[in-house]
Amino acid sequence: MSAALEIVSAGLGVSVQDAGRPGHRSIGVPLSGALDPLLLAAANHLAGSLAGAAGLEVLLAGPTLRATGGPVCVALAGELAGRIVGVGGDVRRLAAWSAAVLQPGDSLQLGRPQGVAYLAVAGGFLTPPMLGSRATYARAGLGGVDGRALAAGVRLPCAPFAGDPQHALQAAPLLHPGGAIRVIPGPQADHFTPAALASFYSEPWTLTPARDRMGLRLAGPRLVHVPGGADIVSDGVTPGAIQVPADGQPIVLLADCQTVGGYPKIATVIRADLPRLAHLPPGAEIRFVAVDATHAAEARAAQARLLAGWRTTLRPAVRHGDIPTETLLAANLAGAALRGDEEG
Amino acid sequence: MSPPAAGFPRLLALGDAAFTVEFGGGIAPEIHARVLGFAAALADCAIPGVIERVPTFRSVTVHFDPDLIDPPRLAADLLALAQAGHEAAASGRRWVLPVCFDDALAPDLPDVAAHCGLAREAVIERLTATEFSVYMLGFLPGFAYLGGLPAALEMPRLATPRTRVPAGSLAIAGRMAAIYPWDSPGGWRLVGRTGVGLFDAGNATRPALLAAGDRVRFRAVASLAEAAEITETVPELP
Repeated sequence: MSAALEIVSAGLGVSVQDAGRPGHRSIGVPLSGALDPLLLAAANHLAGSLAGAAGLEVLLAGPTLRATGGPVCVALAGELAGRIVGVGGDVRRLAAWSAAVLQPGDSLQLGRPQGVAYLAVAGGFLTPPMLGSRATYARAGLGGVDGRALAAGVRLPCAPFAGDPQHALQAAPLLHPGGAIRVIPGPQADHFTPAALASFYSEPWTLTPARDRMGLRLAGPRLVHVPGGADIVSDGVTPGAIQVPADGQPIVLLADCQTVGGYPKIATVIRADLPRLAHLPPGAEIRFVAVDATHAAEARAAQARLLAGWRTTLRPAVRHGDIPTETLLAANLAGAALRGDEEG
Repeated sequence: MSPPAAGFPRLLALGDAAFTVEFGGGIAPEIHARVLGFAAALADCAIPGVIERVPTFRSVTVHFDPDLIDPPRLAADLLALAQAGHEAAASGRRWVLPVCFDDALAPDLPDVAAHCGLAREAVIERLTATEFSVYMLGFLPGFAYLGGLPAALEMPRLATPRTRVPAGSLAIAGRMAAIYPWDSPGGWRLVGRTGVGLFDAGNATRPALLAAGDRVRFRAVASLAEAAEITETVPELP
Protein backbone atom coordinates (compact mmCIF):
# COMPACT_ATOMS: atom_id res chain seq x y z
CA MET A 1 0.00 0.00 0.00
CA SER A 2 1.27 3.42 -0.80
CA ALA A 3 1.65 6.06 1.83
CA ALA A 4 -0.12 9.39 1.73
CA LEU A 5 -0.56 12.66 3.51
CA GLU A 6 -4.23 13.21 4.15
CA ILE A 7 -5.49 16.77 4.40
CA VAL A 8 -7.00 17.38 7.84
CA SER A 9 -7.44 21.10 7.27
CA ALA A 10 -6.60 22.75 3.99
CA GLY A 11 -4.93 26.00 5.05
CA LEU A 12 -5.05 28.94 2.64
CA GLY A 13 -3.32 29.35 -0.69
CA VAL A 14 -2.05 25.76 -0.63
CA SER A 15 -1.54 23.85 -3.88
CA VAL A 16 0.47 21.00 -5.36
CA GLN A 17 3.22 22.46 -7.56
CA ASP A 18 6.26 21.20 -9.41
CA ALA A 19 8.58 22.65 -12.06
CA GLY A 20 5.58 23.53 -14.26
CA ARG A 21 3.88 22.40 -17.43
CA PRO A 22 5.90 23.69 -20.40
CA GLY A 23 5.11 22.62 -23.94
CA HIS A 24 1.42 23.49 -24.14
CA ARG A 25 1.42 27.27 -24.25
CA SER A 26 0.51 27.26 -27.94
CA ILE A 27 -2.89 25.83 -26.94
CA GLY A 28 -3.38 28.26 -24.09
CA VAL A 29 -2.16 26.12 -21.17
CA PRO A 30 -0.23 28.27 -18.66
CA LEU A 31 3.22 27.28 -17.46
CA SER A 32 2.20 27.10 -13.75
CA GLY A 33 4.61 25.48 -11.27
CA ALA A 34 6.22 26.81 -8.09
CA LEU A 35 6.35 30.59 -7.63
CA ASP A 36 9.82 30.05 -6.12
CA PRO A 37 11.43 27.07 -7.90
CA LEU A 38 14.60 27.59 -5.86
CA LEU A 39 12.80 26.97 -2.56
CA LEU A 40 10.89 24.01 -4.00
CA ALA A 41 14.27 22.58 -5.04
CA ALA A 42 15.59 23.21 -1.52
CA ALA A 43 12.61 21.48 0.10
CA ASN A 44 13.04 18.57 -2.28
CA HIS A 45 16.75 18.36 -1.51
CA LEU A 46 16.01 18.20 2.23
CA ALA A 47 13.49 15.44 1.50
CA GLY A 48 15.96 13.55 -0.68
CA SER A 49 13.96 14.16 -3.87
CA LEU A 50 14.76 15.54 -7.29
CA ALA A 51 14.58 19.34 -7.62
CA GLY A 52 11.38 19.40 -9.67
CA ALA A 53 9.42 16.80 -7.70
CA ALA A 54 5.90 17.85 -6.71
CA GLY A 55 5.51 19.50 -3.31
CA LEU A 56 2.97 21.67 -1.55
CA GLU A 57 3.24 25.41 -2.02
CA VAL A 58 1.96 27.42 0.96
CA LEU A 59 1.10 31.07 0.36
CA LEU A 60 -1.05 32.20 3.30
CA ALA A 61 -1.67 29.51 5.94
CA GLY A 62 -0.25 26.05 6.23
CA PRO A 63 -2.44 22.95 6.19
CA THR A 64 -2.68 20.19 8.77
CA LEU A 65 -1.74 16.81 7.29
CA ARG A 66 -1.86 13.27 8.65
CA ALA A 67 0.40 10.44 7.50
CA THR A 68 -1.43 7.29 6.47
CA GLY A 69 -0.43 3.97 4.96
CA GLY A 70 3.24 4.20 5.91
CA PRO A 71 5.94 6.51 7.23
CA VAL A 72 6.42 9.77 5.29
CA CYS A 73 9.58 11.86 5.26
CA VAL A 74 8.61 15.54 5.15
CA ALA A 75 10.77 18.64 4.67
CA LEU A 76 10.14 22.38 4.86
CA ALA A 77 11.79 25.21 2.94
CA GLY A 78 10.95 28.86 3.43
CA GLU A 79 9.91 30.59 6.61
CA LEU A 80 7.33 28.04 7.68
CA ALA A 81 7.44 25.83 10.76
CA GLY A 82 5.04 23.36 12.30
CA ARG A 83 4.53 20.80 15.00
CA ILE A 84 4.11 17.09 14.79
CA VAL A 85 1.48 15.51 17.00
CA GLY A 86 2.10 11.80 17.44
CA VAL A 87 -0.53 9.11 17.69
CA GLY A 88 0.11 8.98 21.42
CA GLY A 89 -0.34 12.74 21.81
CA ASP A 90 3.37 13.53 22.04
CA VAL A 91 4.26 16.83 20.40
CA ARG A 92 7.52 17.80 18.71
CA ARG A 93 8.47 20.80 16.74
CA LEU A 94 9.29 20.73 13.01
CA ALA A 95 11.51 23.75 12.45
CA ALA A 96 11.72 25.68 9.22
CA TRP A 97 14.44 24.33 6.92
CA SER A 98 14.30 20.85 8.38
CA ALA A 99 13.22 17.31 7.55
CA ALA A 100 11.72 14.61 9.77
CA VAL A 101 9.74 11.40 9.49
CA LEU A 102 6.03 11.11 10.23
CA GLN A 103 4.77 7.71 11.36
CA PRO A 104 1.32 6.59 10.24
CA GLY A 105 -1.22 8.49 12.35
CA ASP A 106 1.18 11.36 13.12
CA SER A 107 -0.19 14.70 12.07
CA LEU A 108 1.77 17.76 11.01
CA GLN A 109 0.25 21.14 11.82
CA LEU A 110 1.89 23.87 9.78
CA GLY A 111 1.76 27.53 10.80
CA ARG A 112 1.63 30.66 8.68
CA PRO A 113 4.53 31.27 6.31
CA GLN A 114 6.43 34.48 5.88
CA GLY A 115 6.53 34.72 2.12
CA VAL A 116 5.98 31.60 0.06
CA ALA A 117 7.12 28.27 1.53
CA TYR A 118 7.19 24.64 0.46
CA LEU A 119 6.59 21.24 1.99
CA ALA A 120 8.24 18.35 0.18
CA VAL A 121 8.05 14.61 0.78
CA ALA A 122 10.65 11.98 -0.05
CA GLY A 123 10.02 10.93 -3.65
CA GLY A 124 7.58 13.77 -4.23
CA PHE A 125 3.80 13.66 -4.21
CA LEU A 126 2.55 11.02 -6.62
CA THR A 127 -0.69 12.70 -7.67
CA PRO A 128 -1.54 11.90 -11.30
CA PRO A 129 0.41 14.04 -13.79
CA MET A 130 -1.68 15.85 -16.40
CA LEU A 131 -0.05 17.03 -19.63
CA GLY A 132 3.32 16.13 -18.14
CA SER A 133 3.02 17.95 -14.83
CA ARG A 134 1.47 17.66 -11.38
CA ALA A 135 1.24 21.46 -11.00
CA THR A 136 -2.24 22.66 -10.05
CA TYR A 137 -4.03 24.99 -12.47
CA ALA A 138 -7.49 25.19 -10.97
CA ARG A 139 -9.09 27.32 -13.72
CA ALA A 140 -8.86 24.39 -16.12
CA GLY A 141 -8.94 21.59 -13.57
CA LEU A 142 -5.34 20.57 -14.25
CA GLY A 143 -2.97 18.89 -11.83
CA GLY A 144 -3.12 18.53 -8.06
CA VAL A 145 -5.97 16.25 -7.04
CA ASP A 146 -8.53 16.45 -9.89
CA GLY A 147 -7.43 20.03 -10.47
CA ARG A 148 -9.42 21.22 -7.50
CA ALA A 149 -8.61 23.23 -4.39
CA LEU A 150 -7.36 20.97 -1.62
CA ALA A 151 -9.99 20.12 0.99
CA ALA A 152 -10.19 18.06 4.16
CA GLY A 153 -10.15 14.35 3.41
CA VAL A 154 -8.12 14.62 0.21
CA ARG A 155 -5.18 12.17 0.10
CA LEU A 156 -1.87 13.16 -1.44
CA PRO A 157 -0.16 9.88 -2.33
CA CYS A 158 3.59 9.49 -1.89
CA ALA A 159 6.16 6.73 -1.46
CA PRO A 160 6.50 5.19 2.01
CA PHE A 161 9.81 6.23 3.62
CA ALA A 162 12.05 3.20 3.95
CA GLY A 163 14.87 4.87 5.91
CA ASP A 164 15.61 5.38 9.60
CA PRO A 165 12.47 6.48 11.47
CA GLN A 166 14.69 8.82 13.50
CA HIS A 167 16.01 10.46 10.29
CA ALA A 168 16.07 14.24 10.72
CA LEU A 169 17.94 17.00 8.90
CA GLN A 170 18.41 20.69 9.44
CA ALA A 171 19.74 23.33 7.03
CA ALA A 172 20.49 27.02 7.11
CA PRO A 173 17.89 29.39 5.66
CA LEU A 174 18.35 29.97 1.95
CA LEU A 175 18.17 33.71 1.45
CA HIS A 176 17.53 35.42 -1.85
CA PRO A 177 19.75 38.43 -2.44
CA GLY A 178 18.19 41.86 -1.96
CA GLY A 179 18.47 44.91 -4.17
CA ALA A 180 16.42 46.19 -7.07
CA ILE A 181 14.42 43.75 -9.19
CA ARG A 182 16.32 43.27 -12.46
CA VAL A 183 14.38 43.49 -15.71
CA ILE A 184 15.06 43.33 -19.42
CA PRO A 185 13.33 46.32 -21.08
CA GLY A 186 10.42 45.64 -23.41
CA PRO A 187 9.10 44.04 -25.50
CA GLN A 188 6.84 47.13 -25.75
CA ALA A 189 8.92 49.80 -23.99
CA ASP A 190 8.29 52.01 -27.05
CA HIS A 191 4.60 52.19 -26.09
CA PHE A 192 5.49 54.51 -23.18
CA THR A 193 6.48 58.17 -22.97
CA PRO A 194 10.10 58.98 -22.01
CA ALA A 195 8.77 60.36 -18.72
CA ALA A 196 6.95 57.08 -18.00
CA LEU A 197 10.07 55.06 -18.71
CA ALA A 198 12.09 57.34 -16.44
CA SER A 199 9.53 56.96 -13.62
CA PHE A 200 9.40 53.21 -14.02
CA TYR A 201 13.11 52.89 -13.27
CA SER A 202 13.52 55.75 -10.77
CA GLU A 203 10.43 55.54 -8.54
CA PRO A 204 9.61 52.97 -5.88
CA TRP A 205 6.65 50.63 -6.55
CA THR A 206 4.34 49.37 -3.80
CA LEU A 207 2.95 45.85 -3.85
CA THR A 208 -0.84 45.98 -3.48
CA PRO A 209 -3.03 43.28 -1.87
CA ALA A 210 -4.37 42.45 -5.38
CA ARG A 211 -2.36 39.35 -6.10
CA ASP A 212 -2.70 35.68 -6.85
CA ARG A 213 -0.68 33.06 -8.68
CA MET A 214 -1.46 34.78 -12.01
CA GLY A 215 0.04 38.13 -11.14
CA LEU A 216 0.50 40.96 -8.71
CA ARG A 217 -0.51 44.57 -9.08
CA LEU A 218 1.84 47.40 -8.21
CA ALA A 219 0.96 50.96 -7.25
CA GLY A 220 3.01 54.04 -8.02
CA PRO A 221 3.15 57.00 -10.38
CA ARG A 222 0.85 56.65 -13.39
CA LEU A 223 2.82 55.37 -16.38
CA VAL A 224 1.58 57.23 -19.44
CA HIS A 225 1.41 55.46 -22.80
CA VAL A 226 2.21 57.18 -26.06
CA PRO A 227 -1.01 58.05 -27.94
CA GLY A 228 -2.78 54.80 -28.89
CA GLY A 229 -0.17 52.79 -26.99
CA ALA A 230 -2.36 51.34 -24.23
CA ASP A 231 -3.57 48.40 -26.31
CA ILE A 232 -1.62 46.03 -28.50
CA VAL A 233 -2.65 43.18 -30.74
CA SER A 234 -2.46 40.34 -28.20
CA ASP A 235 0.91 38.59 -28.23
CA GLY A 236 2.81 36.05 -26.18
CA VAL A 237 3.51 36.71 -22.50
CA THR A 238 5.54 34.88 -19.89
CA PRO A 239 5.90 34.92 -16.09
CA GLY A 240 7.83 38.08 -15.21
CA ALA A 241 6.35 40.22 -17.98
CA ILE A 242 5.18 43.59 -16.60
CA GLN A 243 1.93 44.62 -18.28
CA VAL A 244 0.70 48.19 -18.01
CA PRO A 245 -3.02 48.62 -18.81
CA ALA A 246 -4.61 52.01 -19.55
CA ASP A 247 -4.73 52.94 -15.85
CA GLY A 248 -0.91 53.17 -15.88
CA GLN A 249 -0.39 50.79 -12.94
CA PRO A 250 1.88 47.79 -13.63
CA ILE A 251 0.93 44.13 -13.22
CA VAL A 252 3.77 41.61 -12.87
CA LEU A 253 2.69 38.29 -14.35
CA LEU A 254 3.44 35.16 -12.31
CA ALA A 255 3.47 31.39 -12.86
CA ASP A 256 -0.25 30.91 -13.64
CA CYS A 257 -0.42 33.82 -16.11
CA GLN A 258 -2.21 33.41 -19.41
CA THR A 259 -0.15 32.57 -22.46
CA VAL A 260 -1.08 35.73 -24.42
CA GLY A 261 -2.09 39.23 -23.42
CA GLY A 262 -3.30 42.50 -24.93
CA TYR A 263 -1.53 45.05 -22.72
CA PRO A 264 1.87 46.54 -23.58
CA LYS A 265 4.76 45.13 -21.55
CA ILE A 266 7.15 47.82 -20.37
CA ALA A 267 9.77 45.31 -19.17
CA THR A 268 10.18 41.68 -18.11
CA VAL A 269 11.66 40.50 -14.80
CA ILE A 270 14.65 38.20 -15.28
CA ARG A 271 14.13 34.60 -14.31
CA ALA A 272 16.54 34.74 -11.35
CA ASP A 273 14.68 37.62 -9.67
CA LEU A 274 11.05 36.63 -10.24
CA PRO A 275 10.87 34.29 -7.20
CA ARG A 276 11.78 37.17 -4.89
CA LEU A 277 8.52 38.97 -5.68
CA ALA A 278 6.42 36.08 -4.39
CA HIS A 279 7.89 36.56 -0.89
CA LEU A 280 7.12 40.25 -0.51
CA PRO A 281 4.05 41.22 1.52
CA PRO A 282 1.50 43.81 0.36
CA GLY A 283 2.86 47.26 1.16
CA ALA A 284 6.47 46.33 0.43
CA GLU A 285 8.32 48.63 -1.93
CA ILE A 286 10.47 47.54 -4.82
CA ARG A 287 12.52 49.25 -7.50
CA PHE A 288 13.36 48.11 -11.00
CA VAL A 289 16.71 48.23 -12.74
CA ALA A 290 17.35 47.45 -16.41
CA VAL A 291 19.93 44.77 -17.25
CA ASP A 292 20.94 42.90 -20.41
CA ALA A 293 20.95 39.19 -21.27
CA THR A 294 24.58 38.78 -20.16
CA HIS A 295 23.76 40.13 -16.72
CA ALA A 296 20.68 37.88 -16.57
CA ALA A 297 22.90 34.86 -17.30
CA GLU A 298 25.27 35.87 -14.49
CA ALA A 299 22.29 36.21 -12.15
CA ARG A 300 21.11 32.68 -13.01
CA ALA A 301 24.64 31.35 -12.41
CA ALA A 302 24.80 33.16 -9.06
CA GLN A 303 21.46 31.64 -8.11
CA ALA A 304 22.72 28.16 -8.99
CA ARG A 305 25.79 28.77 -6.79
CA LEU A 306 23.51 30.00 -3.98
CA LEU A 307 21.58 26.73 -4.06
CA ALA A 308 24.77 24.65 -4.29
CA GLY A 309 26.25 26.52 -1.33
CA TRP A 310 23.07 26.09 0.69
CA ARG A 311 23.17 22.32 0.13
CA THR A 312 26.45 22.17 2.05
CA THR A 313 24.63 23.45 5.17
CA LEU A 314 22.55 20.27 5.58
CA ARG A 315 23.30 18.56 8.89
CA PRO A 316 21.69 15.79 10.90
CA ALA A 317 19.24 17.59 13.16
CA VAL A 318 19.78 17.57 16.87
CA ARG A 319 16.77 15.76 18.33
CA HIS A 320 14.05 17.95 19.72
CA GLY A 321 14.50 18.78 23.34
CA ASP A 322 18.26 19.11 22.93
CA ILE A 323 18.16 22.69 21.62
CA PRO A 324 16.56 25.57 23.44
CA THR A 325 13.43 26.69 21.63
CA GLU A 326 14.82 30.24 21.45
CA THR A 327 17.65 29.01 19.24
CA LEU A 328 15.23 27.41 16.79
CA LEU A 329 13.06 30.49 16.76
CA ALA A 330 16.07 32.68 16.11
CA ALA A 331 16.99 30.51 13.15
CA ASN A 332 13.47 30.80 11.76
CA LEU A 333 13.44 34.56 12.03
CA ALA A 334 16.63 34.82 10.02
CA GLY A 335 14.36 34.70 7.01
CA ALA A 336 13.45 38.33 7.58
CA ALA A 337 16.41 39.06 5.30
CA LEU A 338 14.14 37.97 2.47
CA ARG A 339 12.49 41.30 2.85
CA GLY A 340 15.72 43.23 2.39
CA ASP A 341 14.30 44.26 -1.01
CA GLU A 342 12.06 46.78 0.69
CA GLU A 343 14.89 49.25 0.78
CA GLY A 344 15.34 48.72 -2.95
CA MET B 1 3.77 36.01 -51.93
CA SER B 2 3.25 39.62 -50.86
CA PRO B 3 6.27 41.53 -49.54
CA PRO B 4 6.55 41.79 -45.74
CA ALA B 5 5.34 44.98 -44.03
CA ALA B 6 8.02 47.67 -43.67
CA GLY B 7 10.17 47.16 -40.58
CA PHE B 8 9.18 43.50 -40.26
CA PRO B 9 10.11 40.85 -39.41
CA ARG B 10 11.64 42.07 -36.19
CA LEU B 11 12.70 40.43 -32.96
CA LEU B 12 11.85 41.59 -29.42
CA ALA B 13 13.23 40.25 -26.13
CA LEU B 14 10.58 38.98 -23.71
CA GLY B 15 12.79 38.66 -20.63
CA ASP B 16 15.82 36.37 -20.58
CA ALA B 17 14.05 33.19 -21.71
CA ALA B 18 11.83 34.18 -24.65
CA PHE B 19 11.87 36.15 -27.89
CA THR B 20 8.88 37.43 -29.82
CA VAL B 21 9.31 37.52 -33.60
CA GLU B 22 6.86 39.96 -35.21
CA PHE B 23 5.68 39.76 -38.81
CA GLY B 24 3.44 42.83 -38.96
CA GLY B 25 1.51 45.34 -36.93
CA GLY B 26 -2.06 44.20 -37.36
CA ILE B 27 -4.46 41.32 -37.82
CA ALA B 28 -4.48 40.16 -41.44
CA PRO B 29 -4.50 36.77 -43.21
CA GLU B 30 -1.22 37.44 -45.06
CA ILE B 31 0.61 38.35 -41.83
CA HIS B 32 -0.82 35.30 -40.11
CA ALA B 33 0.31 33.07 -42.99
CA ARG B 34 3.88 34.22 -42.27
CA VAL B 35 3.36 33.54 -38.55
CA LEU B 36 2.26 29.96 -39.18
CA GLY B 37 4.95 29.41 -41.82
CA PHE B 38 7.66 30.56 -39.43
CA ALA B 39 6.28 28.46 -36.56
CA ALA B 40 6.24 25.37 -38.77
CA ALA B 41 9.74 26.02 -40.14
CA LEU B 42 11.06 26.54 -36.62
CA ALA B 43 9.45 23.30 -35.45
CA ASP B 44 11.21 21.51 -38.32
CA CYS B 45 14.57 22.94 -37.14
CA ALA B 46 14.13 21.23 -33.73
CA ILE B 47 16.71 23.53 -32.12
CA PRO B 48 17.92 22.05 -28.82
CA GLY B 49 16.98 24.38 -25.96
CA VAL B 50 13.89 25.78 -27.69
CA ILE B 51 11.03 24.73 -25.43
CA GLU B 52 7.97 25.85 -27.36
CA ARG B 53 6.54 28.25 -29.94
CA VAL B 54 3.40 30.29 -29.40
CA PRO B 55 1.93 31.63 -32.66
CA THR B 56 -0.35 34.65 -32.25
CA PHE B 57 -2.10 37.05 -34.67
CA ARG B 58 1.08 38.71 -35.93
CA SER B 59 3.98 37.15 -34.03
CA VAL B 60 5.51 33.98 -32.68
CA THR B 61 6.82 33.88 -29.13
CA VAL B 62 9.70 31.43 -28.75
CA HIS B 63 10.32 30.18 -25.21
CA PHE B 64 13.79 28.75 -24.62
CA ASP B 65 16.08 27.54 -21.85
CA PRO B 66 18.79 30.23 -21.63
CA ASP B 67 21.12 27.80 -19.88
CA LEU B 68 21.04 25.44 -22.88
CA ILE B 69 21.23 27.95 -25.70
CA ASP B 70 23.14 31.18 -26.32
CA PRO B 71 20.44 33.90 -26.59
CA PRO B 72 22.26 36.17 -29.11
CA ARG B 73 22.94 33.17 -31.34
CA LEU B 74 19.31 32.06 -31.13
CA ALA B 75 18.16 35.62 -31.88
CA ALA B 76 20.27 35.70 -35.04
CA ASP B 77 19.01 32.27 -36.14
CA LEU B 78 15.36 33.25 -35.52
CA LEU B 79 15.69 36.47 -37.47
CA ALA B 80 17.37 34.68 -40.39
CA LEU B 81 14.58 32.10 -40.43
CA ALA B 82 11.95 34.85 -40.26
CA GLN B 83 13.56 36.72 -43.15
CA ALA B 84 13.51 33.57 -45.26
CA GLY B 85 9.78 34.31 -45.50
CA HIS B 86 8.12 30.93 -45.07
CA GLU B 87 4.39 30.99 -45.60
CA ALA B 88 2.06 28.34 -44.30
CA ALA B 89 0.52 26.02 -46.80
CA ALA B 90 -3.19 25.51 -46.10
CA SER B 91 -2.47 22.60 -43.83
CA GLY B 92 -4.95 23.14 -41.01
CA ARG B 93 -7.96 20.96 -40.45
CA ARG B 94 -11.49 22.01 -41.37
CA TRP B 95 -14.18 21.66 -38.77
CA VAL B 96 -17.95 21.93 -38.80
CA LEU B 97 -19.16 22.54 -35.25
CA PRO B 98 -22.85 22.31 -34.29
CA VAL B 99 -24.32 25.30 -32.48
CA CYS B 100 -27.74 25.74 -30.91
CA PHE B 101 -29.03 29.31 -31.23
CA ASP B 102 -31.96 28.94 -28.80
CA ASP B 103 -32.84 32.15 -26.96
CA ALA B 104 -31.80 30.69 -23.63
CA LEU B 105 -28.36 29.77 -24.97
CA ALA B 106 -27.84 32.99 -26.96
CA PRO B 107 -28.60 35.80 -24.50
CA ASP B 108 -26.92 38.53 -26.58
CA LEU B 109 -28.35 37.55 -29.98
CA PRO B 110 -31.24 40.10 -29.76
CA ASP B 111 -28.78 42.92 -28.91
CA VAL B 112 -26.45 41.94 -31.73
CA ALA B 113 -29.36 41.85 -34.18
CA ALA B 114 -30.61 45.26 -33.02
CA HIS B 115 -27.13 46.80 -33.08
CA CYS B 116 -26.44 45.48 -36.58
CA GLY B 117 -29.91 46.31 -37.92
CA LEU B 118 -30.54 42.71 -38.87
CA ALA B 119 -33.22 40.18 -38.10
CA ARG B 120 -32.23 37.52 -35.58
CA GLU B 121 -32.37 34.84 -38.28
CA ALA B 122 -30.16 36.96 -40.55
CA VAL B 123 -27.45 37.09 -37.86
CA ILE B 124 -27.55 33.29 -37.59
CA GLU B 125 -27.41 32.98 -41.38
CA ARG B 126 -24.27 35.12 -41.55
CA LEU B 127 -22.64 33.22 -38.67
CA THR B 128 -23.28 29.87 -40.33
CA ALA B 129 -22.26 31.09 -43.81
CA THR B 130 -18.79 32.18 -42.64
CA GLU B 131 -15.62 30.11 -42.70
CA PHE B 132 -13.57 31.26 -39.72
CA SER B 133 -9.78 30.91 -39.37
CA VAL B 134 -8.14 29.98 -36.07
CA TYR B 135 -5.61 32.75 -35.48
CA MET B 136 -4.34 31.60 -32.12
CA LEU B 137 -5.21 29.93 -28.83
CA GLY B 138 -4.94 31.71 -25.52
CA PHE B 139 -6.83 33.31 -22.61
CA LEU B 140 -7.82 29.83 -21.45
CA PRO B 141 -6.63 26.34 -22.44
CA GLY B 142 -8.28 25.54 -25.76
CA PHE B 143 -9.75 29.05 -26.27
CA ALA B 144 -9.41 29.75 -30.01
CA TYR B 145 -9.56 33.24 -31.52
CA LEU B 146 -11.52 32.87 -34.77
CA GLY B 147 -10.94 35.52 -37.41
CA GLY B 148 -13.28 36.26 -40.29
CA LEU B 149 -16.44 37.56 -38.61
CA PRO B 150 -18.34 39.60 -41.24
CA ALA B 151 -18.13 43.36 -40.75
CA ALA B 152 -21.95 43.43 -40.64
CA LEU B 153 -21.79 41.62 -37.26
CA GLU B 154 -19.09 43.78 -35.70
CA MET B 155 -19.97 44.94 -32.20
CA PRO B 156 -17.81 45.98 -29.22
CA ARG B 157 -17.54 43.71 -26.21
CA LEU B 158 -19.78 44.22 -23.16
CA ALA B 159 -18.93 47.29 -21.06
CA THR B 160 -19.14 45.10 -17.95
CA PRO B 161 -17.98 41.52 -18.45
CA ARG B 162 -20.12 38.67 -17.15
CA THR B 163 -18.71 36.97 -14.07
CA ARG B 164 -19.64 33.57 -15.54
CA VAL B 165 -19.91 32.59 -19.17
CA PRO B 166 -21.02 28.95 -19.54
CA ALA B 167 -18.60 26.54 -21.21
CA GLY B 168 -19.47 25.98 -24.87
CA SER B 169 -20.74 29.52 -25.44
CA LEU B 170 -20.19 30.86 -28.96
CA ALA B 171 -19.26 34.49 -28.58
CA ILE B 172 -18.35 37.44 -30.79
CA ALA B 173 -16.49 40.72 -30.22
CA GLY B 174 -15.06 43.11 -32.76
CA ARG B 175 -14.19 41.07 -35.86
CA MET B 176 -13.60 37.86 -33.87
CA ALA B 177 -15.57 34.86 -32.73
CA ALA B 178 -14.64 32.32 -30.07
CA ILE B 179 -16.02 29.44 -28.04
CA TYR B 180 -15.43 29.40 -24.29
CA PRO B 181 -13.97 25.96 -23.45
CA TRP B 182 -14.54 26.51 -19.71
CA ASP B 183 -16.96 28.35 -17.46
CA SER B 184 -15.16 31.64 -16.97
CA PRO B 185 -15.63 35.36 -16.70
CA GLY B 186 -15.93 36.99 -20.10
CA GLY B 187 -16.98 40.13 -21.95
CA TRP B 188 -17.80 38.81 -25.43
CA ARG B 189 -21.38 38.70 -26.77
CA LEU B 190 -22.97 35.27 -26.38
CA VAL B 191 -24.80 34.23 -29.54
CA GLY B 192 -25.14 30.45 -29.25
CA ARG B 193 -23.85 27.32 -27.53
CA THR B 194 -22.13 24.15 -28.67
CA GLY B 195 -21.89 20.87 -26.81
CA VAL B 196 -18.55 20.03 -28.39
CA GLY B 197 -15.67 19.64 -25.91
CA LEU B 198 -12.83 21.95 -26.88
CA PHE B 199 -10.24 20.72 -24.40
CA ASP B 200 -9.52 17.28 -23.00
CA ALA B 201 -6.51 17.05 -20.71
CA GLY B 202 -6.77 13.26 -20.90
CA ASN B 203 -5.90 13.39 -24.59
CA ALA B 204 -2.11 13.53 -24.31
CA THR B 205 -1.42 13.97 -28.03
CA ARG B 206 -4.08 16.58 -28.88
CA PRO B 207 -5.68 18.05 -25.77
CA ALA B 208 -7.08 21.09 -27.63
CA LEU B 209 -9.58 20.37 -30.40
CA LEU B 210 -8.58 23.40 -32.47
CA ALA B 211 -5.12 24.56 -33.53
CA ALA B 212 -3.86 27.77 -35.11
CA GLY B 213 -4.41 27.47 -38.88
CA ASP B 214 -7.58 25.37 -38.64
CA ARG B 215 -10.79 26.51 -40.38
CA VAL B 216 -14.15 26.40 -38.59
CA ARG B 217 -17.75 26.60 -39.78
CA PHE B 218 -20.85 26.49 -37.61
CA ARG B 219 -23.96 24.43 -38.30
CA ALA B 220 -27.26 25.37 -36.65
CA VAL B 221 -28.96 22.57 -34.71
CA ALA B 222 -32.27 22.54 -32.89
CA SER B 223 -31.11 21.57 -29.40
CA LEU B 224 -28.02 21.46 -27.24
CA ALA B 225 -28.33 17.67 -27.18
CA GLU B 226 -27.70 17.68 -30.94
CA ALA B 227 -24.87 20.16 -30.58
CA ALA B 228 -22.19 17.68 -29.58
CA GLU B 229 -21.55 15.99 -32.90
CA ILE B 230 -18.39 17.24 -34.59
CA THR B 231 -17.68 16.98 -38.26
CA GLU B 232 -14.11 17.20 -39.43
CA THR B 233 -13.94 17.61 -43.17
CA VAL B 234 -10.96 16.36 -45.11
CA PRO B 235 -8.46 19.15 -45.70
CA GLU B 236 -8.18 20.17 -49.31
CA LEU B 237 -4.82 19.89 -50.94
CA PRO B 238 -3.10 23.24 -51.32
